[in-house]
Amino acid sequence: MWTPAGRGRWHGRALRLWEAATARRGPPESGPAPTRAAAAAAGTPRSPDGPADRKEKIDMSRFSVENTRNFSIIAHVDHGKSTLADRLLELTGAIDKTKNNKQVLDKLQVERERGITVKAQTASLFYNCEGKQYLLNLIDTPGHVDFSYEVSRSLSACQGVLLVVDANEGIQAQTVANFFLAFEAQLSVIPVINKIDLKNADPERVEKQIEKVFDIPRNECIKISAKLGTNVERVLQAVIERIPPPKVHRKNSLKALVFDSTFDQYRGVIANVALFDGMVSKGDKIVSAHTKKTYEVNEVGVLNPNEQPTHKLYAGQVGYLIAGMKDVTEAQIGDTLYLHKQPVEPLPGFKSAKPMVFAGMYPIDQSEYNNLKSAVEKLTINDSSVTVHRDSSLALGAGWRLGFLGLLHMEVFNQRLEQEYNASVILTTPTVPYKAVLSSAKLIKEYREKEITIINPAQFPDKSKVTEYLEPVVLGTIITPDEYIGKVMMLCQARRAVQKNMMYIDQNRVMLKYLFPLNEIVVDFYDSLKSLSSGYASFDYEDAGYQTAELVKMDILLNGNIVEELVTIVHKDKAHSVGKVICERLKDSLPRQLFEIAIQAAIGSKIIARETVKAYRKNVLAKCYGGDITRKMKLLKRQAEGKKKLRKIGNIEVPKDAFIKVLRTQSDK
Amino acid sequence: MLGAFIGIFSTIVPTNRLPLGISATSTPSPSALSFSPDFAALVAARPHSTEHIALGGQAAAASAPVPSRWRRSGEAPGPARRSGSRGGARAHAAPLPSFRRRGPAGRAPRAPVRPGRVSAASPSPGAVALPGARARGWAAAAAAARAAQRRRRAEGARGPPSPRAALYVHWPYCEKRCSYCNFNKYIPRGVEEAAVRSCLVTEAQTLLRLSGVRRVESVFFGGGTPSLASPSTVAAVLEAVDQAAHLPADSEVTLEANPTSAPSSRLAAFGAAGVNRLSIGLQSLDDTELQLLGRTHSSRDALQTLAEARRLFPGRVSVDLMLGLPAQQVGPWLRQLRTLLGCCDDHISLYQLTLERGTELFTQVQRGTLSAPDPELAAEMYQEGRALLRDAGFRQYEVSNFARNGALSTHNWTYWQCGQYLGVGPGAHGRFAPQGAGDHTREARIQTLEPDNWMKEVMLFGHGTRRRIPLSKLELLEEVLAMGLRTDVGITHQHWQQFEPQLSLWDVFGASQEVKALLAQGILLLDHRGLRCSWEGLAVLDSLLLTLLPRLQDAWQQRAPSLVQGE
Repeated sequence: MWTPAGRGRWHGRALRLWEAATARRGPPESGPAPTRAAAAAAGTPRSPDGPADRKEKIDMSRFSVENTRNFSIIAHVDHGKSTLADRLLELTGAIDKTKNNKQVLDKLQVERERGITVKAQTASLFYNCEGKQYLLNLIDTPGHVDFSYEVSRSLSACQGVLLVVDANEGIQAQTVANFFLAFEAQLSVIPVINKIDLKNADPERVEKQIEKVFDIPRNECIKISAKLGTNVERVLQAVIERIPPPKVHRKNSLKALVFDSTFDQYRGVIANVALFDGMVSKGDKIVSAHTKKTYEVNEVGVLNPNEQPTHKLYAGQVGYLIAGMKDVTEAQIGDTLYLHKQPVEPLPGFKSAKPMVFAGMYPIDQSEYNNLKSAVEKLTINDSSVTVHRDSSLALGAGWRLGFLGLLHMEVFNQRLEQEYNASVILTTPTVPYKAVLSSAKLIKEYREKEITIINPAQFPDKSKVTEYLEPVVLGTIITPDEYIGKVMMLCQARRAVQKNMMYIDQNRVMLKYLFPLNEIVVDFYDSLKSLSSGYASFDYEDAGYQTAELVKMDILLNGNIVEELVTIVHKDKAHSVGKVICERLKDSLPRQLFEIAIQAAIGSKIIARETVKAYRKNVLAKCYGGDITRKMKLLKRQAEGKKKLRKIGNIEVPKDAFIKVLRTQSDK
Repeated sequence: MLGAFIGIFSTIVPTNRLPLGISATSTPSPSALSFSPDFAALVAARPHSTEHIALGGQAAAASAPVPSRWRRSGEAPGPARRSGSRGGARAHAAPLPSFRRRGPAGRAPRAPVRPGRVSAASPSPGAVALPGARARGWAAAAAAARAAQRRRRAEGARGPPSPRAALYVHWPYCEKRCSYCNFNKYIPRGVEEAAVRSCLVTEAQTLLRLSGVRRVESVFFGGGTPSLASPSTVAAVLEAVDQAAHLPADSEVTLEANPTSAPSSRLAAFGAAGVNRLSIGLQSLDDTELQLLGRTHSSRDALQTLAEARRLFPGRVSVDLMLGLPAQQVGPWLRQLRTLLGCCDDHISLYQLTLERGTELFTQVQRGTLSAPDPELAAEMYQEGRALLRDAGFRQYEVSNFARNGALSTHNWTYWQCGQYLGVGPGAHGRFAPQGAGDHTREARIQTLEPDNWMKEVMLFGHGTRRRIPLSKLELLEEVLAMGLRTDVGITHQHWQQFEPQLSLWDVFGASQEVKALLAQGILLLDHRGLRCSWEGLAVLDSLLLTLLPRLQDAWQQRAPSLVQGE
């Protein structure tokens, strides 16, 4: 249960929100707009007495399974997914029609800034059509395949999707990736061509592309302008007509899928659930199939899009549930909930999100460690797909090795740390999890398995003890105007990619499929692709397992001493260029010392790159008279203080900045 | 080499007596000691036993009544009385009785004095008639200054010195802004020189009084462009110094001179006003470079000024030459230096250009309109240049300073030896232990920067001190270390002991592995003489200090508890 203070505070806040919403909405109007009636019928405003008045709660039993639709919107970045969601929310009265409704479901600052959806959001829409009350559950998915696991678990609660394509840009790489996710989940796909109001819009061409790439008849496309609201009503009708109701049974005992969870500091974990069977209400005892822990349900409700308590939730419905879970790990995404003493077969597809990109994260100043730690904890509490391992670097101090689903995920995480927690961090160049198939019996015994995953380069086993090394690969989709094909292919080749497919999706747009080693795209591939195609090419990728790779461990030496934090695993073909870059960066950032410094990149005993930092020949202030002494002493003492913090490699003092310059993510590779 | 000069000049120097009164009264703590520029260091290895040349005895001479307005300063009151009584206690046969006779009324404009007419060695009755009365004959002054060095050396080894200091006077005005200079300077429409003069005089008097300094060993007029000031201003300040404390006739009085503002007649007038050493901001002998630097003179002007200065101040002229300018090449620069060697006097300063924030050159380099100076080339110029000077008989007595025939700058030596100095004028810095404050803590003082504000403050309070920062004992030792190592003699054991009698250089640095590595590398030396840089080490001193300063701090923290108590 909540503490009284927490409860009071939360309800006070919720109440004010509610009052504001109802006040703006004004008296229900008669007329053709189904929205008003629906809002009045379903979302009966509670009295100002507040939540204690349970009678005012929505009765969800009125929405039968036949009148329920669960769907999601998928789209390439900026194709208008969130704007369409805003219109749907307005049309159904979930939110007021004002000019301020901009990406209502994108609650995070980073989502609104980048035009991407990071966190899945849900809204239950009440819609009156031809005399019937429909419950339309819009499950907004993250818009990037970095979050494909989130997408897939969101989709698993849906029966259909709206595939939104920009009428100007046409099909883009993410459109393709998202389509196949929906297609594989056997969902009904309703193509929606958006932005038909734009001057350069060419919806007919996009129809042809959709037909060619996705094999969907042209006449099934709905052409809309989400911005202006044109034809949006037709979208709702298509949802009702073309998406089947969920195949579920109220009479069976409860089977609920946890497809997302958030953490509220006053109420604990709020689990987003989709009911496949049965019903759930306050007071029910439920069990997690994953942890086998039992909880008592404190509150159930729907998201409209703000939390709105209901008496019950029924099979086929989507809503939230609060049950005294203290930690998001207790509401594992993909977990199945059932009633105490009424166990059910768990829903398939439960798996932990698998991090594909790893990076070290360190506070810029070690004194910030605890603040950063608490910020990371708070963020990961709502994003269980980030893996966190404590790590420490001699140069950068204590920090973490974080695993992310992909690059965007990593960037978003970092940006949220900065924006929401005002934390400044050093993020090291991302690496990928390599694998090694061990041949040494001793090592196999030590690791207790034949195939090990290497996250930290320091653990890289020697070639003599390994049958083969493996690196993660992804299947990349690139869609580009054909004038850039040559450059794109050159870029892909330089990244060790193997072409798998190539097709024209219309007269001048080409879709290319390449198998990429993941580590070749983790740093700057996307930026390079965008710049060589003047921003026109789009890229997306999906996991494609592992493949054999000739990996080597590269050491960086300063006057013959290995710098531990710069040990790198690299493909044999790339060792020279990567080593050269590291040596050059070090040369630029290592201050001169009283002796010459040789910077070398080496594989085993073989030196593959070298730079030299010459010794100081002169380092003394030219003029130091009466008026200069104070300033000079201050400077010297500051420098001496800084020197104490330097990492010593042999007798060479290496400033933290030098490590940061070498390790930090940079796009000028 | 110096010894030879001592031998020659000791015969000319008037033999003064020891001011016993001081040593009898108190033993100031080391931080408060007003060490003279420690020329003892120069010949530390030689026994001093034969050098019983007495100290300047004029210390008590100047106890002019302090105008009442100076007492509004908010500083320790009544120093006039105190100094008067001390003067009494220290009564001795003053060699220049005329000084005593001069009161404030004597501060009339000085009559021009021809160089050579009056010798400090033989104060003539005529000196009395001369306002200022300290007019010096140049050769004699040079000799006297060197002898003064010798006296200090003798004194340094001999117990408590008299409260003495060097004095810096800042003239903040320039005709034009040089592109490399970030000093405290102003380009005025017109200077009310009488007002500035009056303020400089007032502040010099106030600070001397506050410091309790009895004897000023050197005066340096810097800037800005002090050669733009009237000789009468220089004379007025010198006279005030002599009255408030005592300015021995052999004290070094240097003026920074700019070739364009220093025609021969003016130089002579400065000489008559009491200046006996010139530092000429020649900077370059290449007209293109001079233009880049924003200088108003040509190389011809510079050489002409140098020649005239040498005629007027033989053996007492220094020139500055810059190196490491943008686009400057080693060969041509060395040719400049050779040309200069053909016509220079006994002192040269080689300054590597430092790009200072806020200067035009800095901005141009930032914007990329000017190529940044190449540090490698600058290092080469420096190394080649100092080798060339060495071969020409110059001693590199400090990082950027070279002298032959013993013509070291006494004033600057004071800075590097952490002697006391007073800073007079806008933005001037000083370091001294104020009297009457109860303890003897040395303070770093900074005067108000902006001339008009400074003047207002001086008029209101008698001085324009903006900040007073007490220096801890450790901070003073840090300065002793950082400044001392800039000199070729470094820090002698004797010198160090004067500041820190208990913790020796060996104690501090002897056991450190890092220091040992520097010794092994041959860039640092620690031996029976003391701690100093080698020829190579001097060029990278700032790097060495980053090892030595923390070592000193650690040793200071770890010193024996009994020492801590005694602090």
